[in-house]
Amino acid sequence: MGSLFRSEEMALCQLFLQSEAAYACVSELGELGLVQFRDLNPDVNAFQRKFVSEVRRCDEMERKLRYLEKEIKKDEIPMLDTGENPEAPQPREMIDLEATFEKLENELREVNHNAEALKRNFLELTELKHILRKTQVFFDEQEGGLHPTESMTRALISDDSIARQVNAGPVQLGFVAGVILRERIPAFERMLWRACRGNVFLRQAEIETPLEDPSTGDQVHKSVFIIFFQGDQLKSRVRKICEGFRATLYPCPEAPSQRREMAMGVMTRIEDLNTVLGQTQDHRHRVLVAAAKNIKNWFIKVVKIKAIYHTLNLFNLDVTQKCLIAECWVPLLDIETIQLALRRGTERSGSSVPPILNRMDTFEDPPTYNRTNKFTSAFQNLVDAYGIASYREINPTPYTIISFPFLFAVMFGDLGHGLLMFLFAAFLVLREKPLAAKKTDNEVWNIFFSGRYIILLMGLFSMYTGLIYNDIFSKSLNLFGSHWHTNYNESTILTNKNLQLNPSESLDYDQNPYPVGLDPVWQLALNKIVFLNAYKMKISIIIGVLHMLGGVSLSLYNYRYFKDRLSIICDFIPQVIFLVFLFFYMVLLMFIKWVSYAPQNDFPKSPACAPSILITFINMVLFKKADPLKNCDTVYMFAGQRVLQKFLVFIALLCVPIMLLAKPIYIMRQQKDKHVQLVNGHATTENGDAEGAGRVVQPPQPHAGGHDENEIGELFIHQGIHTIEYVLGSVSHTASYLRLWALSLAHAQLSEVLWSMVMSKGLILDSWIGGVWLWFVFGFWAILTVGILVLMEGLSAFLHTLRLHWVEFQSKFYKGLGYAFTPFSFEVILNTAATAVEE
Amino acid sequence: MKFCGPKLSLCGIIISIWGIIQLVAMGFFYYIRSVALIEDLNLGEELVTNVKEFYTLADKKYSLNAYNCWIAACLYIFTLVVSGHQFYMNNRNTMSL
Repeated sequence: MGSLFRSEEMALCQLFLQSEAAYACVSELGELGLVQFRDLNPDVNAFQRKFVSEVRRCDEMERKLRYLEKEIKKDEIPMLDTGENPEAPQPREMIDLEATFEKLENELREVNHNAEALKRNFLELTELKHILRKTQVFFDEQEGGLHPTESMTRALISDDSIARQVNAGPVQLGFVAGVILRERIPAFERMLWRACRGNVFLRQAEIETPLEDPSTGDQVHKSVFIIFFQGDQLKSRVRKICEGFRATLYPCPEAPSQRREMAMGVMTRIEDLNTVLGQTQDHRHRVLVAAAKNIKNWFIKVVKIKAIYHTLNLFNLDVTQKCLIAECWVPLLDIETIQLALRRGTERSGSSVPPILNRMDTFEDPPTYNRTNKFTSAFQNLVDAYGIASYREINPTPYTIISFPFLFAVMFGDLGHGLLMFLFAAFLVLREKPLAAKKTDNEVWNIFFSGRYIILLMGLFSMYTGLIYNDIFSKSLNLFGSHWHTNYNESTILTNKNLQLNPSESLDYDQNPYPVGLDPVWQLALNKIVFLNAYKMKISIIIGVLHMLGGVSLSLYNYRYFKDRLSIICDFIPQVIFLVFLFFYMVLLMFIKWVSYAPQNDFPKSPACAPSILITFINMVLFKKADPLKNCDTVYMFAGQRVLQKFLVFIALLCVPIMLLAKPIYIMRQQKDKHVQLVNGHATTENGDAEGAGRVVQPPQPHAGGHDENEIGELFIHQGIHTIEYVLGSVSHTASYLRLWALSLAHAQLSEVLWSMVMSKGLILDSWIGGVWLWFVFGFWAILTVGILVLMEGLSAFLHTLRLHWVEFQSKFYKGLGYAFTPFSFEVILNTAATAVEE
Repeated sequence: MKFCGPKLSLCGIIISIWGIIQLVAMGFFYYIRSVALIEDLNLGEELVTNVKEFYTLADKKYSLNAYNCWIAACLYIFTLVVSGHQFYMNNRNTMSL
């Protein structure tokens, strides 16, 4: 059974596959998803590999499928997603698939082509219909006159010219009619005017209904126009301009009877076309519906085939061309399963020779593989976001699972807010399967969904800390009855604004604390914040020092696992001593202070004499003497504290040079010893073999010596950085844990402000109207609570927790220099393909 | 008849449920004269001269606030019904699509 404490043990294996069986075997391995193949021909480019043609065929199939999918989406036909996962088809099935897709694509293209031609035809006819209808209006407007164009002539040509030409009979005016995009009309009109010097006459009318452009499918607005002119020169000019503006011209007979006839003909043709168009659409729909049933399945199949050939391209051919050689990383524990899958693959392909899985020795660092489940994977992701663990290094995840929600909750302690968070996460967890099936591309939702177990634990832990802080939406719960009582009489209360309760009086205080958490009386106390600050600051430092100590102790397991005895002695032990003697001692002082000073005690053990922990600690490190307070004999809490402190600081400071120098000096001496031995050994053999003629004496290697010196220098620098980081880090990291207190204070204050500024305002009206008002105010308050306190404060507490883990905790033991195990798995490939399609 | 979108109606349902639970509880706590909620009573600025007067005043305000909380809770029941109905309508519409 693999464990989360360290990454899996990996082995580099060589895999010999019969060429016939290779496809089936790789397909089985892809279903399994436990093998990471290495590229054995990295210097061969993608076009020179063995299975290029197959990959190309798959690409072609994918392209056809995407075309089909696009058409299906255009028609808004639902695609059947059964969620089933078909196995990768045999290579010979590929031809069938190809044929099917080819046929479908051709059919669809033909249908589309026909539909487009029909639509173009339809458009032309509709435009003609509109022209006939509109021009009818133009012509009808001309009153009187034998010839329809006669009145135009009058309008266009001045009277005297008519008089001149009166003998020549009526002037023959030509006209063209056509359709143009509406937005082009103004430019068109201007152009006509300028080019023909105002000698043409343009009438236009808008077509009310938008027309569909057959090539793009857009709806466009068009206008009908008719241009009258005289003479052939103008005619050709007008035609050219029309062409330039992409207006379509239609023949329009002059005689009204002909026009009427034509209109009738156009109408019948439009009706015919409509039926044909309807049939074409039906056919297209049938083809697409049939394709929609299978398209998801086909996609999966093609993606799998392509993935298999891509993988086969990574393999080497042996000399006989009979088998393929692969190199792969596998988890040691899964070798059995992999063998089984390989055997299944061989059987399926009907090959008789079993594949050979051969373990190889390597000096390369294996990839890091942490086996996770749906609960641990979210936490593992938090750790991996900082850096993938080095191979077989201690994995911080199991500790993070508890400490992460806990530290979060210390900052987010509120029963109400925790409950909201918990309920939301519980909903996500309980409805996990239906929600996971409903894939959405809403990024925020996906973040919440994948972190649902973290949120669940954070909510749960926040409820606990909320109970301890006795905070529910900034109010307190009096579950067990407060242990404080007021004994002031009526006149005292009436005359004094602030009154104190004396903890040393047994009438005021029961002399034993409230059973769980904070006494609810503090909610009404004026010095609540003063009290809470002292309490929460101490709690933060205690938690922080324990957290860091935990981190340092984990490094011991790393050293022991890697058999690094030197680091245990020269790094681990001084580090622990430094941390314990200085900072854990401070934690102990807090407990001593809590225990030994009580309100009933007389001087010098009265609370008035209790020294500040911080001042004591600073004086301890600086070896400074402090003056005792009045009535107190001493600044120390117990006998011998001064001597003990001096001793602790002295030892702790002594650890610094050990951390700094011990390891490099030891290694340097070791190397020198080796060198001496080597030289001595040489000398003896040389002496012994002095007579041996022709013996080549190996020259000493100056290069190697220089390299060693470099290495030693590097070692010193590295160790120096490491030590400085640790020593300064202990101080700054301890202070950094104070953010637990600061964020918790901020959260409590913010929720109190929200209550008093919003919710209280809903409770001050003096009549039943207050109920309605409260209804409104509560809604407002609820939205602000979720938006500001739960979401924003939650996010900020989350980020601070993340920092505490990445910097303060993991810096003590975690290297994070590994690289992740990325197995060849159909599941992963299909998921990435699905997201790529959605984008 | 539909006048809220799916998100607004869902939001209404959640706030209504929360409101009903919290307001009923707050009403109950006002009813039993919880000291923790005394800060939110509108006791006014006028000086009370003796304890009895103070108690009667506080008593009156406590019951008033208790009833107001319950009135608001009832209004939230109404809100719940309305947004539930809207949610149902929205869902039915999306189902039929």
